[in-house]
Amino acid sequence: MTDITGERPPLVELRDMKVSFGGVHAVDAVTVDLYPGEVVALVGGNGAGKSTLIRTLSGAHPADSGEIFIDGEIVDITTPKDAKDLGVETIYQTLALAENIDAPSNMFLGRELTTRWRTLNDSAMEAAARTVMGRLNPKFENFKVAVESLSGGQRQSVAIARAVYFDARILIMDEPVAALGPAETAQVNELIQQLKEEGIGIFLISHELHDVFDLADRISVMLQGKLVGTVNKADVTMDEVLAMIIIGKMPDQVTEVELEELHG
Amino acid sequence: MADTSIAAPEQAPRGRGSDFGDTVRALEIDLRIIGMLVALAVIWVGFNLASGGLFLTARNLWNLSVQTSAVGVMATGMVLVIVTRNIDLSVGSMLGFVGMTMALIQAEVLPDIIGFDHPATWIIAVLAGLILGGILGGFQGWIVAYIGVPSFIVTLGGLLVWRGGAWALASGRTIAPMDSTFQLFGGGSRGSIGASLSWIVGIVACAGIIALLITNRRRKHSYGFPVRPLWAEIVFIAVACGAVLGAVAIANSYAPLDRDLGIANPVLILIAVTIIMTFVATRTKFGRSVFAIGGNPEAAELAGINTRRTVMLVFALMGILVGVGAVITTARLNAAVSGLGTLAELSVIAAAVIGGTSLSGGIGSVPGAVLGALVMQSLVSGMVLIGIDAPLRNIVVGIVLVIAVAINTYYRQRTEQLTA
Repeated sequence: MTDITGERPPLVELRDMKVSFGGVHAVDAVTVDLYPGEVVALVGGNGAGKSTLIRTLSGAHPADSGEIFIDGEIVDITTPKDAKDLGVETIYQTLALAENIDAPSNMFLGRELTTRWRTLNDSAMEAAARTVMGRLNPKFENFKVAVESLSGGQRQSVAIARAVYFDARILIMDEPVAALGPAETAQVNELIQQLKEEGIGIFLISHELHDVFDLADRISVMLQGKLVGTVNKADVTMDEVLAMIIIGKMPDQVTEVELEELHG
Repeated sequence: MADTSIAAPEQAPRGRGSDFGDTVRALEIDLRIIGMLVALAVIWVGFNLASGGLFLTARNLWNLSVQTSAVGVMATGMVLVIVTRNIDLSVGSMLGFVGMTMALIQAEVLPDIIGFDHPATWIIAVLAGLILGGILGGFQGWIVAYIGVPSFIVTLGGLLVWRGGAWALASGRTIAPMDSTFQLFGGGSRGSIGASLSWIVGIVACAGIIALLITNRRRKHSYGFPVRPLWAEIVFIAVACGAVLGAVAIANSYAPLDRDLGIANPVLILIAVTIIMTFVATRTKFGRSVFAIGGNPEAAELAGINTRRTVMLVFALMGILVGVGAVITTARLNAAVSGLGTLAELSVIAAAVIGGTSLSGGIGSVPGAVLGALVMQSLVSGMVLIGIDAPLRNIVVGIVLVIAVAINTYYRQRTEQLTA
């Protein structure tokens, strides 16, 4: 699909999204977009509305108003299943794993592989899980134990494996490295680079500005539910992004004095 | 799929358990079930010694199996209810209400319409009972899942409502007798399938066990997964088939009035329900969803599972099984009274919990719950047999319940330490 200018439409566009909780505007008229093979970082302080915004795309929480476009076409996402059917996969900050069941069962939760008798095909699911894990985390061997007995890094692997197995076109990663050590963080960052090269669009939510500057192509900053603005990473410094996050001013509006005060 | 090759996150050093643990894992033995079988054996042998050989007689074991049926059937449903982090306190009262309805249908409604002891009477009564149970359970589940009232409260309300309803239906009268065919569901001298059919059931069961193991083995083999050593399969088959055929032999050897009874109908129902519910819990998407909801409701929701509908269906299923329990109970009593099933909810919950179901949700097994029901009933019957008074019996059952859960909790913590 092309428009008049010959440009491709964005892979995803969230247009004028609004979500409020009892009078509080958690997300207030926010518009962001994402192109194939691009990483857009969503940053902002606690309660800025990043996760809430992204939950409207993953179907976890429907928006009060606003439109979602995928490949330029308006889509209706009201449940997690709607999102998955459209190729939107999400790695939640909480990982969203059922602790009492094993890794393959978690990977295929809600989308189980079945035999021709429509019964669960646990062997097929384990085999598929082993294949995916073989690429993501070759040392992962605990396919038969409940996820609750896995380490933080292994759980993270399971959540990531689930998101990438189903041929995601759009990947949402909400604080994917929050619980990880430096080595594991480096691995996830490497994974993001590889997924990006495959043309997958990624929304990345992160507190860690260094990661954001390493990985993102563009940075969308939110403050108190509103979008401060979206900038190209190449055009800004970390201090300027910090100013957007804290005082909500775009790089061309912020003064030297204000930048100084940030380091105050 | 991403062709990525990031290295493993560093793995926490973990004790791989002992050689014994590895062996158990390789043989795929459920230690908890083994533990319960051992406990059951101890109880049986203990009571047999204390009663001077009265416990391990064909007659007592046959009665024990019949007495376990109704609670066992309902416990299979209670497992799923508790696994979803809910509870159903209404099953005893609902059993009374459904039982009373079925009794009225066959004793007072149908005779006026299609005549007394019409061949269709039992079919209509049983169907009405199962459907009514499903509707009542589903309605409670709807309130729990869609309105968001805690199941403890909804089913506590149900406990009062259905019990009151059972009384109101017949103004407290006793409704009897049941249809002559309907009575067969309760067991008794006519309500069993006889020796030859029992042997056939036993042989079919053995064939089923063997077929299941072979299918499993083939499937694992086709994916290149390790399978149990052949000797272990053969030992397992020998033990399982030996137990099945042994049970049939015992049932067949109970021959009061010179008639071999074979397996009682309610026991046959319990076996069928156990197989179906085990299948539902472990081999279907529905069952997987039920366990996922118990483990992490939010994760289940985010995985695209319709958690509300699933919870409602679990309660509806519980209601249908209460209907089955009501059929067995009214048929066995050959009457319905408004107090029918009083306190049954406690036996059913206790059976599920003794069978390893965790009240915090996410963990439980259907065969475990049936074994739990058998353990409870063995204790009660055994104490009756050696002449222990009712108050003391309750004290013992109460203590055993708490100890069983304590052992389960301890076992779970230990296995977590072993694997983590």
